[in-house]
Order: sequence, then C-alpha cells, then structure tokens
Amino acid sequence: MKILVCISHVPDTTAKINFSPDNKEFLSSGVTYILNPYDEIALSKAVDLASANNGTVTVIHVGDAGSEPTIRKALAIGANDAVRINAVPRDAQFVSKQIAAYVKQNPFDMILCGRESSDHNSSSVPVMIAERLDIPCVLFAKSLTIDNGNASIESEIQGGKEVLSVPMPFVAGASEGMAEWKIPNMRGIMSARTKPLLVVEAVDAAVHSGIHHFEKPAPRSAVKLIDPENAGTLFEVLRSEKKVI
Amino acid sequence: MSVLVYIENIEGNFRKPSFEIISFGFALAQKLNLPLVALSIGKVSDDELKLAGKYGASRVLNAGNEKLSVLSEEAYASVIAQAAKQEDAKVIIMSSSFAGKSIAPRVAVKLDASIGENVVDLPETGGSFIIRKGAFSGKAFAFVELLSDVKVLSVMPNSYKVVENPVQPELSVFEPQLRDEDFRIKVLEVKRATDKVSLPDAELVVSAGRGLKGPENWGMIEELAEVLGAATACSKPVSDSGWRPHSEHVGQTGIAISPNLYIAVGISGAIQHLAGVSNSKVIVVVNKDPEAPFFKAADYGIVGDAFEVIPKLIEAAKAFKASQN
Ligand SMILES: Cc1cc2nc3c(=O)[nH]c(=O)nc-3n(C[C@H](O)[C@H](O)[C@H](O)COP(=O)(O)OP(=O)(O)OC[C@H]3O[C@@H](n4cnc5c(N)ncnc54)[C@H](O)[C@@H]3O)c2cc1C
Ligand SMILES: Nc1ncnc2c1ncn2[C@@H]1O[C@H](COP(=O)(O)O)[C@@H](O)[C@H]1O
Repeated sequence: MKILVCISHVPDTTAKINFSPDNKEFLSSGVTYILNPYDEIALSKAVDLASANNGTVTVIHVGDAGSEPTIRKALAIGANDAVRINAVPRDAQFVSKQIAAYVKQNPFDMILCGRESSDHNSSSVPVMIAERLDIPCVLFAKSLTIDNGNASIESEIQGGKEVLSVPMPFVAGASEGMAEWKIPNMRGIMSARTKPLLVVEAVDAAVHSGIHHFEKPAPRSAVKLIDPENAGTLFEVLRSEKKVI
Repeated sequence: MSVLVYIENIEGNFRKPSFEIISFGFALAQKLNLPLVALSIGKVSDDELKLAGKYGASRVLNAGNEKLSVLSEEAYASVIAQAAKQEDAKVIIMSSSFAGKSIAPRVAVKLDASIGENVVDLPETGGSFIIRKGAFSGKAFAFVELLSDVKVLSVMPNSYKVVENPVQPELSVFEPQLRDEDFRIKVLEVKRATDKVSLPDAELVVSAGRGLKGPENWGMIEELAEVLGAATACSKPVSDSGWRPHSEHVGQTGIAISPNLYIAVGISGAIQHLAGVSNSKVIVVVNKDPEAPFFKAADYGIVGDAFEVIPKLIEAAKAFKASQN
C-alpha cells in the first residue's frame, strides 16, 4: 500500500501575525513555522496504516527550500521518503496542479491531506487534487479503516456524520481524532537526516489569484461587565445594544 | 452571461443559508449588471423552487433527476459546472457548508476558474474582483484578487443578510449528463441529529468548557441553548474527554463558526479556541476567573460561578422569550 501525505508549512498557531507597512505581505521574520496540525494527523494515520498493511508513506510539499525543516520533521515522525516541488505555493489551483502532475507519474493508493491549512484556511487543495486525478475525495474524514481495497470513512456532515465506502485510490482530508498525534523519537530524528528527499521542478501552471492585501480584524471594544447578581439583564442588553436576539 | 447560485436543500426544503446565498448572489448580480440564475439539485417541489424568486432569482434550474436525490459531491460538482456553461455564468456561488466546501473546488477545476473560499462579504468589483476571507485561523483577513474570467465563491453562513427582492421566477428542468464514476462513493450509514440546531450555520451558540467539571453538568447548557434556540458547542478538551461529541468542538482543530452571538461558559479563551470563534459578531463570556484571557476577546463578561450564573440566565431567557411573544 502506497500512501502519499500532502503537507503544508505554516506559521506556528500561537505566533503573532504581522504584515508589511502596505499590508501586502505577511512578515515571516521571527515567526516559527510548523507542520500544519491537520497534516500531522494525516501523517500519523498514514504511518499507522502503512505499518499495519506493509505499506510506505511518502510526503509531498510544494514550497521553497525554506520548508525543509518541516519536511524533515515529517520524516522523523515516520514517513519513508519525501518530495518537494520547488515553487512558491501561489494558490490552491497551482498547488493541486503540481501534486496531481507528480501523482500521475507516480501513482498512490491513497492521498491524505489535512482538512485545511491554518494559514489559508481554504480546504481547497485536497478536493482539487482529487478532481484533477478524477478520484473520490472525503474532505472531512473523522476516521478511516481499510479492508479489501476499500476504505470505510466516517465523514462529518451538516448536523451529524455518515459512514462511506470509498474505493481506492482516493483523497481524504484528516480531522481531529482520526489518529493519535505521533511525537518523533530520537531514532526517528536521527534517521530523518538520511531519508531521501527528492526535489522536483514545478510544471507550468496559470495564475488564478493573488493576495491583494491583508487586514487585521478591528479590535473588540473593552469588555462590558455585567453584575452576576443581575445576570438576567444580559438579554435586554443584547437586544437593545446589539440586536442579536 | 449570468451569476449562478447553487442552493442546497435539506430533504426537499431550502433553509436560511440558501436564502442568504440567493440574496448575496442578487446583490452581486446587480453590481455586475447580470441576471441571477439559481440551481437546485435533487428532489424539490415547484412551490419550494419558486421561493428562490422571492430573493431575486429570475430563473430557477431544477436538476431533479432521481439519481441526484442523494448527495454525491462529484456528481453535484459536475451538474453545477454543466449549468454554469449552459448559462455562461461568470460567477458561481454556493455556501461554504461541508457540502459546499467539498464541491466548490471541483467546480473551479472543471471551469478553470479562480476560487474564493469562505467569503465574508460582497466582493469589490470596480476594476478588479476582490474577495475578503478569513486567514491565519481568525487572526487576519485576506483580500484576494480573483484573476480568471470565471470565479467560484463559497460564502460563509451568517455573513450576508437575507433580503427580499421578489420576482416571478421562470422554472426550468435541467437534465445534466451523469457518469457512473460520479457515484462511486457509497453511503453506508447516516447519523444526523435533526432535532438540534446545526452548529455551522447557527445564529446563536451556547458553548462550554472544562469549567463545567463533567458531562453530567451539561443539562443547564442544553437548556439555555434550547430556550434561546441556539446550537451547543464545546472546547477541545471537553470533546477529547468524551464529555461531548467531536462535532461540537470549535476552534483551530474543530470547526470555525461565525454566529451572531457566542456565549462561552467556563472556557479560558486559549488562542486555539479563539481561532474558531473570533468571527462571532457578539461574544459573551461567563467565567469565575476575572483574569481569564477570554474576557479580552469578549463584548460582555459575567465574572461568576457558572453553576450560579447559568440558572439565572435560563430564567431570564425564558422571561425574555415570553415577553417577545
Ligand atoms: C495544536 C493545538 C490545537 C488546539 N485546538 C483547539 C481547538 O480547536 N479548540 C479548543 O477549544 N482548544 C484547542 N486547543 C486547546 C487549547 O489550547 C486549550 O487547552 C483549551 O481550549 C482549553 O479548554 P477550556 O477553556 O475548556 O479549559 P481550561 O483552559 O481548563 O479552562 C477552564 C476555564 O473554566 C473556568 N472555570 C472553572 N470553573 C468554573 C466555574 N465553576 N464557573 C465558571 N468558570 C469556571 C476557569 O477559570 C478556566 O478559565 C488546542 C491546543 C493545541 C496545542
Ligand atoms: N504547499 C502545499 N504543499 C503540499 N500540500 C499542501 C500545500 N498546501 C496545502 N496542502 C494540503 O492541502 C490541505 C488543505 O490546505 P488548504 O487548501 O490551503 O486549506 C493541507 O492540510 C495540506 O494537506
């Protein structure tokens, strides 16, 4: 069983976010980058599936050389090898085209992604990869088990969940709870240094979108405290001041 | 040329998020000086379809083919792309619901379109086409310029008001081409709690955290939610401990919501929690610790013990509701 895990390299979720004075660019200096938390779940699941099914795990990332520490971390968690497509990840159309082009040459039984990246929050890349490869996708996968070439996937839906039978190959987006987080051990960290990391050049792709600028949300005005003894006045206040109920 | 909105139905009925989408589509179509076409997929009655006219859709396409009565994201994406081509749609709009998020990117690839996900207000259209969406898990907004001739948008629930613009819509049957491959995912089982307000598009949400001590204390949270007509949510450790289902977990690793009102009880306000709720219009925090970080992100705060405050809120909510009727 050959499993591909798509990983993104994102600012640490506790990092302060700052932009250039014209707000056109995200300022990455001083920001620690991490493996996107959902991708870490996808990777943990892939490592478990591979060890139970005599399989292998490859991680793929579209990005420049700056993301290699994140790729090494994925190798330390247990991926067998890695591919970096050497290009700035412009948008979801671009990234999905790169990954699909690689997979067309190097087929996999299963492609696991995170359900969304913590910087773009788009949830588009997994679905677009599936569409380009003409295979099924379950974007909000909460659990995944394999038997006889079919996956049984629990998927989140409006107001509940459903259980799906999905033929391989497919794409799934990992949610919280799909696997236990794996913490790299010393042996993993040592061996990650020597595992293969293939760098391939990007294929041509059209530009579909670009960042115009960023903005921070307007800060909330200072909290108004309501006396707990008169907690009940809350609803009148919400009605008269905010009209939300 | 046109603007096309795909409107989701639940068991044959449209809900408020669909009317938000049509209202949004109508406003955008006006800006672009284009007609608004609505597309419905699956079995929906003509009377229900005509409702789309109330919010401004002048044409309603009905892809009512029996095969489409169960959601298949692949098939639905294909139907939407075919309708977009027939109607020469320049902008295709849907909700950023679970289904919409799984469909919109496929449509964008099929049409070689630009995509704008989780859009929170009407795009700028003078010259360039610029959408606004959340980025960095609630810490910023990104204004993204969509450069292709055709654009696909998914719009966040609760970010656009339902506005009536009544027209007599022309209903027409839409017969798409369907492939067997588009039905290769088989649904084995559906578990849906239909009696509850659905969290992703709820206008009001009552949420609780570890401050509640244990699952046996959730009765008062559910009661407050029920009186208000709100959905319930929780922090991550609460669902991790199995006190509440994972589908209620909001935050960076749970779902992101944007209700009009978010009431957080016994939740400290960690940055990962705020990532999922900071787009709420109004935030109310109940916490016994006046130093809890959540108060910094709140509009209203009640410093007190949840076990004393919540029963008071339930009584007050009942009285408030009674006075409204
Ligand atoms: C990678 C990562 C991702 C994460 N993702 C998420 C996420 O998506 N969502 C999420 O919620 N968390 C997430 N977390 C966890 C997050 O950091 C916090 O640990 C979590 O939100 C805390 O939950 P809590 O506020 O319920 O509990 P606590 O932090 O324990 O806070 C309990 C609060 O209740 C108050 N309290 C206690 N008793 C009472 C009482 N009787 N009456 C009133 N108030 C009382 C306390 O003062 C305290 O403020 C994530 C963490 C990591 C590392
Ligand atoms: N540059 C990238 N390289 C590889 N995979 C990516 C990249 N960006 C996003 N992904 C994958 O797509 C998922 C969703 O990302 P997004 O569409 O940006 O929300 C992520 O969790 C990753 O699994």
